[in-house]
Amino acid sequence: MHPVLRFAIGRLGVALMILVAVSLLIFIGCEVLPGDVAQVSLGQFATPESIRALHQQFGLDRPAGLRYLDWLLGILRGDWGMSITTRVPVSRLLAERLSNTARLAGITTLVAVPLALMLGLLMALRAGGRFDRVASIVVLALSATPEFLIGTLAVLIFSVKLRWLPAVAHVSNGAGLLQFARALLLPIGTLAIVVTAQIARMTRATIVNQLDSPFIEMATLKGVARRRIVLVHALVNVVGPVANVVALNIAYLVSGVVVVETIFAFPGVARLMVDAVQARDLPVVQACAMVFCFAYVLLILAADLLSVVFNPRLRRVARVRGAGA
Amino acid sequence: MSGAIDAVAAPPRPARRPLFWVSLSIVAAWALVALLAPILMPHDPTDFVSDDPFAAPDRIAWLGTDYLGRDLLARLIGGAQITLAMAFLATLLASLLGGTLGLLAAIAGGWLDAVLSRIVDIVLSLPKIIVGLVVVAAVGPSMAALIAIAGVVYAAGVFRIARALGADIAVLDFILAARARGEGARWLVFGEILPNIVMPLAADFAIRMSFAILFMSSLSFIGLGVQPPRADWGGLVRENLSALSAGSWAPIFPALAIASLAIALNLLVDAVGDRRQAVRARDE
Repeated sequence: MHPVLRFAIGRLGVALMILVAVSLLIFIGCEVLPGDVAQVSLGQFATPESIRALHQQFGLDRPAGLRYLDWLLGILRGDWGMSITTRVPVSRLLAERLSNTARLAGITTLVAVPLALMLGLLMALRAGGRFDRVASIVVLALSATPEFLIGTLAVLIFSVKLRWLPAVAHVSNGAGLLQFARALLLPIGTLAIVVTAQIARMTRATIVNQLDSPFIEMATLKGVARRRIVLVHALVNVVGPVANVVALNIAYLVSGVVVVETIFAFPGVARLMVDAVQARDLPVVQACAMVFCFAYVLLILAADLLSVVFNPRLRRVARVRGAGA
Repeated sequence: MSGAIDAVAAPPRPARRPLFWVSLSIVAAWALVALLAPILMPHDPTDFVSDDPFAAPDRIAWLGTDYLGRDLLARLIGGAQITLAMAFLATLLASLLGGTLGLLAAIAGGWLDAVLSRIVDIVLSLPKIIVGLVVVAAVGPSMAALIAIAGVVYAAGVFRIARALGADIAVLDFILAARARGEGARWLVFGEILPNIVMPLAADFAIRMSFAILFMSSLSFIGLGVQPPRADWGGLVRENLSALSAGSWAPIFPALAIASLAIALNLLVDAVGDRRQAVRARDE
């Protein structure tokens, strides 16, 4: 078998194991820790009888191990259980929200990644120059700025003062493309600023690091032009690490999405999860957590695979590791 | 190495010297505000100083009032105390837990290293904010829960770094000598390895504290962190979010406070790193 393929299968196995571990942690987190769902959902004046009835209805009176297996098998069938507060199948709640969040994250990625790569490359091209120095500070500062500062400032400027864009990202189903774009402009802009800063910073670091290696020194001594060194010699070698950086940062989008969906009242999975946590609607919390963890693990897996595929030396490592496993 | 390459990797950066001092003063100023909060507060942060919510800044309330007519400046100072104390405790917990276990894994190796490393792999493959949400869903929002979550979640990152740093040193001769002397694990970790990796761990502490501030503020901002009437900076942004539509700056001030501290911590570590590089370059 091709070593890269073997490595990929190995990593896929690890990712699956992590997901199972995660599902167990989520389940334990929600079930074993104190805080009775039925009690919370029925309120203070619930009688012991009504609590017992609700326990029975949701099967909460059965042993935890059995319920975990049921839950896990249910997920595989696409059955995520019932929401306790709304009494609607969780899968239906998820389906509505998932496409919204996917669109938000997807468009942000499409905007941020090319912008960040270009910025990182420009900075690395003249590392130590004035542009690089200023941009480095700005990018470092932006990557440490909370989304809710950028988001609230954006609302204050563009919705309240200038009245250009809506402050709340209501997306109705029949909305036209233009309305959709207008509603999403501020959330996407907010997310894109932070993500762009992070990717640009790491891209610059990766390229500058690469420029420090002996083969670049060789090229410099040979008299190759600086621009050519960066664009031809260094760039081929940074594709892997940079792809890794990009995938990791898309994974980091998860936390940004949680905050941004709150600022703009955006109807996405994160908002669903936050509301469910407040209402202690644990089946919904579990489902949303699984969805986010799944996306996260998948993206980190993609980051690992990309760096191996693009790096011949790591491929050799993969072969050794694959043989060892 | 040739001079041309060095110029690329570690350029002389006189422009960054002031940045070091600016960021250091911002961090020090916020630390002072947090420590002296009871003295600095012009009013009790829970007192109503005005009948108007979101009143404009005046002589009584320098930054205006919040959504209930309380003094925003007093609440901001009170928030500084809560935010910094929580972030510091969480980072301390993360450093002690992750640092100790990481160094232990580095010198012990074997199954202990394998088990700890796998656990850390799993923790690192979870989105932190989602872990926070699940735990809060289970135990309810509280300051202790917030500190514990952040402490454990960030311990995984410290573990990786401490283990890597420790593993580099564990193979050096003086460790071998200490082992040959028959020193125990505790002496190896705290007496031999730790003094040699204090600087990188300190830099990591500052960066991680900025992460912890952002993480906890985010949880408070979505309403699942510090609960009213108390509020950290993230909570203050949330409380006053409705002021935006009136064109008030009330939620912007606490958000700026978070950003200024997080950015200053990052710039500080960046500048110190540059300085160390500069010193090394001169030594060579």
